[in-house]
Amino acid sequence: MAKMTMVQALNLALRQEMTRDDSVVMLGEDVGPDGGVFRVTDGLFDTFGEQRVIDTPLAESAIIGMAVGMAVYGLKPVCEIQFSGFAYQNFHQLENHAARMRWRTQGRLNVPLVMRAPYGGGVRALEHHSESREAYWAHTPGLKMVIPSGPRNARALLVSAIRDPDPVIFYESKALYRALREEVPEEEETLPIGTSQLVREGGDLTLIAYGAMLQPTLEAAAELQKEGIEAAVVDLLTISPLDDTLIVQSIRQTGRAVVVHEAPRSFGPGAEIIARLMEGAFYYLEAPIERVTGYDVIIPYFSREKFYIPTVGRIIEAARSTLSQ
Amino acid sequence: MPRKQLNIARSIEYLSILDEHGNLDKDLEPDIPAEKLLELYRAMLLGRRFDERMLDLQRQGRIGTFPPIKGQEAAQLGAVFQLRPRDWMVPAFRETAAEIWRGRSLESVILYYNGFNEGTVISAKQKDMPMAVPVATQILHAVGLGYAAKYRQTNEIVMCFFGDGATSEGDFHEALNCAAVYQTPVVFVCQNNQWAISVPLKKQTHTTTIAEKSLAYNMAGIQVDGNDVLAVFNAVGEAAQRARTGGGPTLVECVTYRIMMHTTADDPSRYRSEEEVKAWEKKDPLPRFAAYLEQKEILDAGSRQKIEAEVLEQIQTAIDAVEKEMPKLGDPRDMFNHLYAELPPYLKNQQKELTRCLENGGEVKNG
Repeated sequence: MAKMTMVQALNLALRQEMTRDDSVVMLGEDVGPDGGVFRVTDGLFDTFGEQRVIDTPLAESAIIGMAVGMAVYGLKPVCEIQFSGFAYQNFHQLENHAARMRWRTQGRLNVPLVMRAPYGGGVRALEHHSESREAYWAHTPGLKMVIPSGPRNARALLVSAIRDPDPVIFYESKALYRALREEVPEEEETLPIGTSQLVREGGDLTLIAYGAMLQPTLEAAAELQKEGIEAAVVDLLTISPLDDTLIVQSIRQTGRAVVVHEAPRSFGPGAEIIARLMEGAFYYLEAPIERVTGYDVIIPYFSREKFYIPTVGRIIEAARSTLSQ
Repeated sequence: MPRKQLNIARSIEYLSILDEHGNLDKDLEPDIPAEKLLELYRAMLLGRRFDERMLDLQRQGRIGTFPPIKGQEAAQLGAVFQLRPRDWMVPAFRETAAEIWRGRSLESVILYYNGFNEGTVISAKQKDMPMAVPVATQILHAVGLGYAAKYRQTNEIVMCFFGDGATSEGDFHEALNCAAVYQTPVVFVCQNNQWAISVPLKKQTHTTTIAEKSLAYNMAGIQVDGNDVLAVFNAVGEAAQRARTGGGPTLVECVTYRIMMHTTADDPSRYRSEEEVKAWEKKDPLPRFAAYLEQKEILDAGSRQKIEAEVLEQIQTAIDAVEKEMPKLGDPRDMFNHLYAELPPYLKNQQKELTRCLENGGEVKNG
């Protein structure tokens, strides 16, 4: 198996799906000859041509709005929004139409589009380029919200997202794009959307993370092990529909949990995760569940962003805090 | 370098064939068979009478809020008459007459305005989008449909309806821009009915016409008398032909008037004068077209009465059928249906929660 970065793995997923199914079309700003600002669509234009790898005018609402029409027609548009911070200009197309078409037409029409967007901080980017606002999408009935945490699951989840009959928001961590390499099989691999994964076993507490936060969470778990603390780690992979079976099961065993995300704390995904744990594992809890998150502020410019994004140290501290109670 | 003039300015054509005084431009008169003309008249009359009856029902509390179409029948039907069944129609929210022509049942319209999702079901035969309430958002869907039709080389075209207010929204401009860039087979039909709720055209746009906005995108554009069904038919026909033969999109501005309120929740007397409404009532597309047909001896007093009676009976039959059907509808658990292709576990739980609530006589119990 070849070792790939997340960018290469996503490119593989797109290339294979476009080869397999001529309904799959790409559209977005600079996705053509330029290969996308992060090069995720590199080379696809040369292989599939301008009819299928569509460089759009600079218009986010148009990208998603046109994709709604394409998807109703029977195509499977994969839209690239250059940065998630620019997706607010197409929010209304997803909320008002993509998310509702099946419901509105009682199942007659559906919108199987994917909106890919790089999200999150840690790469010293400009303002509007570092937000982690997955809660907006997860709060919208009718949408699915997927956030892979590494090259291999990114590839498998993107294939599933393209084949999914419902609209899927697919957030890709910029910090992970080239940070690590994993072996990715050339042959087809999918992961079911709506399924989380236990990525580390442990009986003392459960750390719950997703996307870019999985790596510092795993590092924290490794550090804690040096102190004799065994932390289970769950990678959510899908924020909506949230798979609460695994986390409830894990908390019933460990009695303690820390939820880690980059998004602001209030009304963030952690609040929903903890609510599910209260519903499913309240009588097993031995301490309040801790949250390690971004603060409820605009993510600062890059000189200070490292103080905003959850760190290994903050995760360890939260784990010790919950273990001490 | 000196300043100089770049030769890009173009003019906009205005089309009128049958004016409000009954004058007909015979050179421009479309060659429509008598049978088709009668179909068109019947569809316009059905649109008008159904609208009037819906207003009665709303005032009696038998349906909810709805947007009347009175005065815009020619703009809608003259345009949609040019579509083949295999073409696509993308309506806004005031295209009831056009939707009915395309095959939507009167029953489904009544159901929809009674708050039942069942009223939005589009038959498998109909290549129509459901109505779109957020203004101008649907115009982009038309471009996407057009792009897909071109990609699949099906020779289908797309007709998209919107009002004058929609032309102030960003989505209108993004849609026209993209349609021109990709040369998609889309006919944009703007029903300029002069009022976007309470805001008149002169406060909506600083341009003289809506049609001239096509110039900025380098696409064909034309303004027509939207109360002249023959002019709409011709202008949209040319646009449809252009789209079908690879000539790209067209913006057709139909100058018309919303005789009634924006929706039944609106009071237009607060923002416009009776005189203005009366002046436009004289331009009513329906008697104008009837007079034309009488002049051509396609219609007479007897056949007019007959069509009128048939239309009224069709409306009454639909109302009776829906009112009989409605008590059987309304299982609140249906709100969970069709949200996703497959209901995720957390929604199954919420559906069960509602079921328990209903079984307990409406008492809400969580967990």
